[in-house]
Amino acid sequence: MNSESLPRRRARSGHANLTAHGEPWVWLTASSLALAIAMIVGLLSLIAWRGLATFWPVPLELVTLADGRRVFGEVTEREPLEPTTAAIAGHPGRRLVRTGDFDASGNHFEWIDDTLIADISQPEWATVVERLDAGRLHGIPRRLRHGDRVVAEGSVDVGEAFAREHPIARGRLLRAVWIDKHERGELQRQRHAARLAVVQAGLDAGAGSQRQSEAERRERQLAGEIERREQTLDEETAKLRGENAGWVVEFETASGASVPVPLDGIVRAWQPNRLSLAGNLGVYLSRWGEFLGDDPREANSAGGVFPAIWGTVTMTLIMAIFVAPFGVLAALYLREYAGRGPVTTAVRVAINNLAGVPSIVYGAFGLGFFCYVVGAGIDDVFFKASLVADGQPTFGTGGLLWASLTLALLTLPVVIVATEEALSAVPNSMREGSYACGAGKWQTIRRIVLPRALPGIMTGLILAMARGAGEVAPLMLVGVKKLAVELPVDGTFPFVHPEREFMHLAYLIYDVGFQSPNSQAARPMVFTITFLLVAIIALLNVTAIWLRSRLRRRFVSQHF
Amino acid sequence: MGSGASMQSVDRARQDIASEAVSRPGEPPQDRLIAVAAGLEVEAEVHDGVLKEPPVLEIDRFNLWYGTKQALHRITMPIPLNKVTALVGPSGCGKSTLLRSVNRLNDLVQSVRITGDMRLNGDSIYDPRMDVIELRKRMGMVFQKPNPFPMSIYENVVYSLRIDGETSRGVLDEVCEMSLRGAALWDEVKDRLQDSALGLSGGQQQRLCIARAIAAEPEVLLLDEPCSALDPIATGKVEDLIQELRGRYSVLIVTHNMQQASRSSDYTAFMYLGRLIEYGATTDIFTKPVLRETEAYVTGRFG
Ligand SMILES: Nc1ncnc2c1ncn2[C@@H]1O[C@H](COP(=O)(O)OP(=O)(O)OP(=O)(O)O)[C@@H](O)[C@H]1O
Ligand SMILES: [Mg+2]
Repeated sequence: MNSESLPRRRARSGHANLTAHGEPWVWLTASSLALAIAMIVGLLSLIAWRGLATFWPVPLELVTLADGRRVFGEVTEREPLEPTTAAIAGHPGRRLVRTGDFDASGNHFEWIDDTLIADISQPEWATVVERLDAGRLHGIPRRLRHGDRVVAEGSVDVGEAFAREHPIARGRLLRAVWIDKHERGELQRQRHAARLAVVQAGLDAGAGSQRQSEAERRERQLAGEIERREQTLDEETAKLRGENAGWVVEFETASGASVPVPLDGIVRAWQPNRLSLAGNLGVYLSRWGEFLGDDPREANSAGGVFPAIWGTVTMTLIMAIFVAPFGVLAALYLREYAGRGPVTTAVRVAINNLAGVPSIVYGAFGLGFFCYVVGAGIDDVFFKASLVADGQPTFGTGGLLWASLTLALLTLPVVIVATEEALSAVPNSMREGSYACGAGKWQTIRRIVLPRALPGIMTGLILAMARGAGEVAPLMLVGVKKLAVELPVDGTFPFVHPEREFMHLAYLIYDVGFQSPNSQAARPMVFTITFLLVAIIALLNVTAIWLRSRLRRRFVSQHF
Repeated sequence: MGSGASMQSVDRARQDIASEAVSRPGEPPQDRLIAVAAGLEVEAEVHDGVLKEPPVLEIDRFNLWYGTKQALHRITMPIPLNKVTALVGPSGCGKSTLLRSVNRLNDLVQSVRITGDMRLNGDSIYDPRMDVIELRKRMGMVFQKPNPFPMSIYENVVYSLRIDGETSRGVLDEVCEMSLRGAALWDEVKDRLQDSALGLSGGQQQRLCIARAIAAEPEVLLLDEPCSALDPIATGKVEDLIQELRGRYSVLIVTHNMQQASRSSDYTAFMYLGRLIEYGATTDIFTKPVLRETEAYVTGRFG
């Protein structure tokens, strides 16, 4: 109570008090967390904002310059001019316009100084036309023709007629493409299989043997049949294409020229200046639908990324399937069976060091070992015929399987370290309790140690998957391709083709963003792809975390 | 327990007594505990009554080292069949070590070395040909701290049957109920058998461990301070349980609680610094021990 009168045994200073309460440490720790959160949120919201905005329709502006030239496009960026220029002219800046008449000007973008602008308008019928090839076109629809017959004249009528005729033409085209890709592809495949059978027979029984001539006879027979069927397919596609031929939409571009566009060459067309909110949303969703579900077009800078999504997810899952048991078993041996000694320590240090090896080294290893040694060996034994006939390796080159295995190796240290950590966190008293019940070592591991360590193991797996899914460099060596629309799983026997090359979102970012001749136009796509990749990784992680927390609930005691 | 203070006094007296003992070999030292502390060999005082009982477990000149430090010195004691035998002694005297030697849990500690032997119903425990796993199946053990497994209450209890490959639902159900009733836990958990065992309270967890230990009908039940984590009520329940097990199981129980030892055991052994000091019928140890030292310990004047 009256502390004044009591002798003070412990010196107290304001400084000591502050440290004792830990105030500075709270601030230090909290601010570093806040910094980390700010950076993460900043990065993610930039990606999300730009990624999500890509497909939202932007108004088309018709800019008339002082010299009479006209430019038609979306304003994608604005910036102030040099301070000096701005001061003299009294104008604020310049704008970057995505012009959409690459055919005429050879440019996708143009910087326009505000000082040079005479007039800006937003014509109601200004249309963005996404073409199957040759990129976008900005123009005003004038005429819809079928051969020489004018079907509709004037923007309003053309709009109506387009809405009527376009789906029909597009349907015919898609049917023809389907025939080319699948039905003709199937015939191709049969022909190739027969050819391989001949080569195989030659390899097995010698050239000119009876077996080979038998195979050759069968090949000839099949060839005749295939030719007949191809003729019918030819007729069918010719008919479809013929019905589409002659349907043309004429657009008037900024320069006043009339540009004819084949009706079936139009993927989608919209008039951003007259779209309602619902209309905008419709275009937005339809573009997202194409993005998620279709194959890429035009050097990956347009169309969809479905094969890449598929490749990323499959590769990550296959990688997880390989790395999980492998890593867990290795960690089990290290932690539960190996004695404590210099060798074990050395192995542990080596594993930790592996985590620091540059990923491209793993890629080189994957290429050298999996593709050129294992794959070549497999080819030699099982796919000799196709090696001889096409000069093409089957497994002896990059592919989904080898890429997954390479990444499994790459992420192995993460899994081993995390698993070891989880195993050593299992209380020894639990192990002893199990032994005291008469359980053997393996029984104890399987029934007590592993289940208890499972959440920790899952954490390792989550980290490994996140790392693997975002990795690009090694993949470039072991099977990722710029374009590979044939999925490793399809309807042709044996349905799973782990040797096929595949596409990957992370590689697509690199390719579209930095290797594309048209990288500025592709930039919004890069953001969208990045957003998608982050979303997929997040989805995989959330699933794993949800699984883990379900497991954890079973193992953590609720009382204290 | 104040063992720190007594250890200090022991230390102080150590040198002169040791020299005294060395100077007069053959004469029994005056204070055995000091002699023990000085590292002298001291014969254990084992009452005749113990030796007359048929033994389930015979500990025979058993020595144990952790590395170079000897933790058990020439322990020789028979554990009577179907009786409760209590091990008492100050902290760190080797009670747990002795108990863990019986089911060879010390094999898991790398630095441990032993000499001597133990026999369970005549079978040598430390015989190299002895299958440790089979041996442990013949015993049940409850540890100082509750250690339920990360699985359901039900699976915890039937764990030893599961590892033997028992799958018959009927058998498992029956064993589960019997064991939980035996451990006085049935009424508390019968509606939540499939819940995680880790959700039980500390006392419930310990009784669950007891249920687990008796589920396999062991020949010997080893209890290492089973009540140290329990409140008086749970302790009472465990003591009642021991009373029930008496006559059906051979129980070897470590305890720091003299009342508990005197109430629930038939025989009591007093250990000190890795040695057996006195061993006899509980009533004798607590009312008329042969050695003053034992009397001092059980009455709480030392230790
Ligand atoms: N794993 C080990 N390694 C080295 N020394 C050990 C080990 N376990 C126990 N000891 C030592 O062996 C001696 C006996 O320990 P033990 O655990 O058997 O004592 P206790 O009688 O059970 O004590 P308590 O009543 O506190 O549980 C102690 O001196 C202890 O320090
Ligand atoms: Mg102990």
